[in-house]
Amino acid sequence: MSIQPIQDPGLPTHVHRKADTDPIAAKRAERQVAILFLVSALGTLLFIYSYLGIPQDQLIFLPIMGTTNAHQLFLGLGLAIALFFIGMGAVHWAKTLMPDHEVVDHRKEQRSKDEDREAFLATIKEQGATAGLGRRTLIKRTLGLSLGLVGLSPLLLLGDLGPLPGNELNETNWKKGTRLLTDPALRPIRPADLEVGAVAQILPELPAGKKRKLEDIAKDALLLVRIRPEEFNLDAERLSWTYQGIIAFSKICSHMGCAVALYEQTTKHLLCPCHQSTFDVTRAAEVIFGPAARPLPQLPITVDADGYLIAQAPFNEAVGPSFWERDSA
Amino acid sequence: MKARERAAGAVLNYVDERTGAAKWMKKTLTKVFPDHWSFMLGEIVLYSFIILLLSGTFLTFWFDPSMNKVKYEGSYEPLQGVEMTAAYASALNISFDVRGGLLMRQIHHWAALIFLAAMVAHLLRVFFTGAFRKPREMNWVIGVGLLTLGIVEGFLGYSLPDDLLSGTGVRIAEAIMQAIPVVGSYISYFVFGGAFPGELFIPRIYVAHVLLIPGIFLALITAHLMLVWYQKHTQYPGPGRTERNVVGYPLLPVYMAKAGGFFFIVFGFTAFLGAVAQINPIWIYGPYTPAQIGAGSQPDWYMGWLDGLVRMAPPIETHAFGITISWNILIPGLIVPGILFTLMAFYPFIESWITGDKREHHLLERPRNNPNRTAIGAMALTFTLVTLINGGNDLLATHFDLSINQIMWFSRIGVFVLPPIAFIVTKRICLALQRADREMVLHGKESGRLVMLPHGEFIEVHTPLSPEKAYALTQHEQLPPLMAPESDDRGVALPRGIRNRIRARWSAAASEQVAKPTVEELKEIEHH
Repeated sequence: MSIQPIQDPGLPTHVHRKADTDPIAAKRAERQVAILFLVSALGTLLFIYSYLGIPQDQLIFLPIMGTTNAHQLFLGLGLAIALFFIGMGAVHWAKTLMPDHEVVDHRKEQRSKDEDREAFLATIKEQGATAGLGRRTLIKRTLGLSLGLVGLSPLLLLGDLGPLPGNELNETNWKKGTRLLTDPALRPIRPADLEVGAVAQILPELPAGKKRKLEDIAKDALLLVRIRPEEFNLDAERLSWTYQGIIAFSKICSHMGCAVALYEQTTKHLLCPCHQSTFDVTRAAEVIFGPAARPLPQLPITVDADGYLIAQAPFNEAVGPSFWERDSA
Repeated sequence: MKARERAAGAVLNYVDERTGAAKWMKKTLTKVFPDHWSFMLGEIVLYSFIILLLSGTFLTFWFDPSMNKVKYEGSYEPLQGVEMTAAYASALNISFDVRGGLLMRQIHHWAALIFLAAMVAHLLRVFFTGAFRKPREMNWVIGVGLLTLGIVEGFLGYSLPDDLLSGTGVRIAEAIMQAIPVVGSYISYFVFGGAFPGELFIPRIYVAHVLLIPGIFLALITAHLMLVWYQKHTQYPGPGRTERNVVGYPLLPVYMAKAGGFFFIVFGFTAFLGAVAQINPIWIYGPYTPAQIGAGSQPDWYMGWLDGLVRMAPPIETHAFGITISWNILIPGLIVPGILFTLMAFYPFIESWITGDKREHHLLERPRNNPNRTAIGAMALTFTLVTLINGGNDLLATHFDLSINQIMWFSRIGVFVLPPIAFIVTKRICLALQRADREMVLHGKESGRLVMLPHGEFIEVHTPLSPEKAYALTQHEQLPPLMAPESDDRGVALPRGIRNRIRARWSAAASEQVAKPTVEELKEIEHH
């Protein structure tokens, strides 16, 4: 440590508080503490009254807050007052009446004394030697082996946490000829049901007897958009996937799987509210902004003999967020 | 002797004869704790944790961590008859049909936000005052572990109600798992017990949220506090305070009354927030379904910086050989946070390597007296702030009528440009403050009193500092930079030449200081 340019003047002299010297001030401080504790008691009374006396569905209008539930508000305020003022009382008590002399305590270095450290090492060596750890390598190695193997068993036991993904991430319930159903009514939809500029949430018709789970929705959900056919800017193949200006995209964001639910009619952009990836409907959902790296998968659609919209073919790529085995080429 | 004293004496006697606790307690009750407002930040963390345990226990009495489908029949009319998971239905039940349930839910959520905010504030205090230096590096590492766990625990907690917002958050977490190279889809299938969302993740994260992580928390907090206790608390420098002593108030009664009282104040404040400030109104969001989403979906604040990083990531994926690598998720979701937290955990060791300082430190440093460290902290803070701002880019755009593209590009550029600027500016400010301190010690404080000298010159009268103040401004030490020998006396390059050079460079930067007044300078001033 360098030499200090100014010597340490030591702890400043203690200045007495008013309550230390003036009995009237001390008495006053005592009363203040007592009042704080009493306010806390009143808070608890308010809490009890709110719990028992205010109906749970009682509404009350307050400025700033608006209409709010009186039961929960006063229950909370009562609790807040009860707790807060116990704290205030205790702190005020400590600050005015408890001794405020600062105390100096000595601090020693964390490091043990040299002789203690040596003695410790000697003990380890001695005791180790008596167990023969250094010499009996056979015991050491077999112990290491068995501990290592037994450590594997909990890992093995976790094996049934889940099935292996297999090809599931690449598959959806969309097959050739699967009808498009509106969500949530689950009714088949004709092109005429969708006006130009409109969007519809779509789920696939499931084979009879199959119950729709959230896992299905997480891959099947579709967004149907209708624009004027001449507004499309698609190649011939993609154009053949649309029907009279109706185009179908996976609603599951190709970035992180949120629902791409916001459609801006004027710009024909789809926006994912999670990370603002923006897709251009006229150009096969090409990414025009945000972190998504791939367009939304497009489902080829057409109509069946009854005039209802159906899938021409399944998705030709996996829907939803990327994963290692995904063939994105 | 009064009866009460006799009874108390009997109890103490009973306990001491069986444990010998009196000897330890005698020392403990007079243990000295330094007093400073910034030392209360860590206390807030501890108290919030207790509040979380209490309010969380209350919530478990009614919460049903199950994904079985039920028809909601509670008293919240808009959702009556809607099919939902038992988890969501029971969370609604707590909010509407359990007296005090909504209050407790809101207290629990507010306490979680305060818990993490106080943790970050405590971390900043420890960082900027150099409290992490030897012998407290281990406690710093434990603290970084607690912060990491806290973020995970908070995320799991707000995922439990299984509403539309929380389910969306879980979906994003699942996408991050899927993006992990090679094993991503396997990890996701193992965590969710099959395809997302499945029917298992709520019970699984419930047990992690209420048992596993709180258990680790308890163990780590105990270790953290035992180390504080054993190593004794650091103190701010000042007259009478040295590396060899602790100046403060004894545990009994002052510190106990203050700390105990402060617990009630924190609890009362949290209860007040729970009473008047609505948080996470899950009944508005509706049950989770993967095909729906709410506009303006936002995570809790402590996840915001991560979300902001993900939002600003450039749309880059590698597609080759039938595989996909999502850099747009991996970099912001795993790699950058991983690097940041690793650097943070290792910071004490990095700093002591640079400065070569292996001594114990119990006196805290004023941030200005370590300009390099303070500047590094400002740099990290700026980085986090830019990412946090971008995490709310949609809300900023709608509330302030800005273009979301502009905010995104501001963040994308700002995240690289602003932290170095913050470093430079902060370092300059620190050095300027040091210069001001030096001026003050040498020439006293500006009194604002102008005096005209007989020959017409105006001067401002400076009042000299009190010895206490002058000592406080000059007690800090200024370490010289480490010199790196690149070659030995015969000119042969040393094997660790490059490492030494890097270290010497950093060390020179770290020891850049405005020299504090020397004894000679002070003497000279006195003679004037």
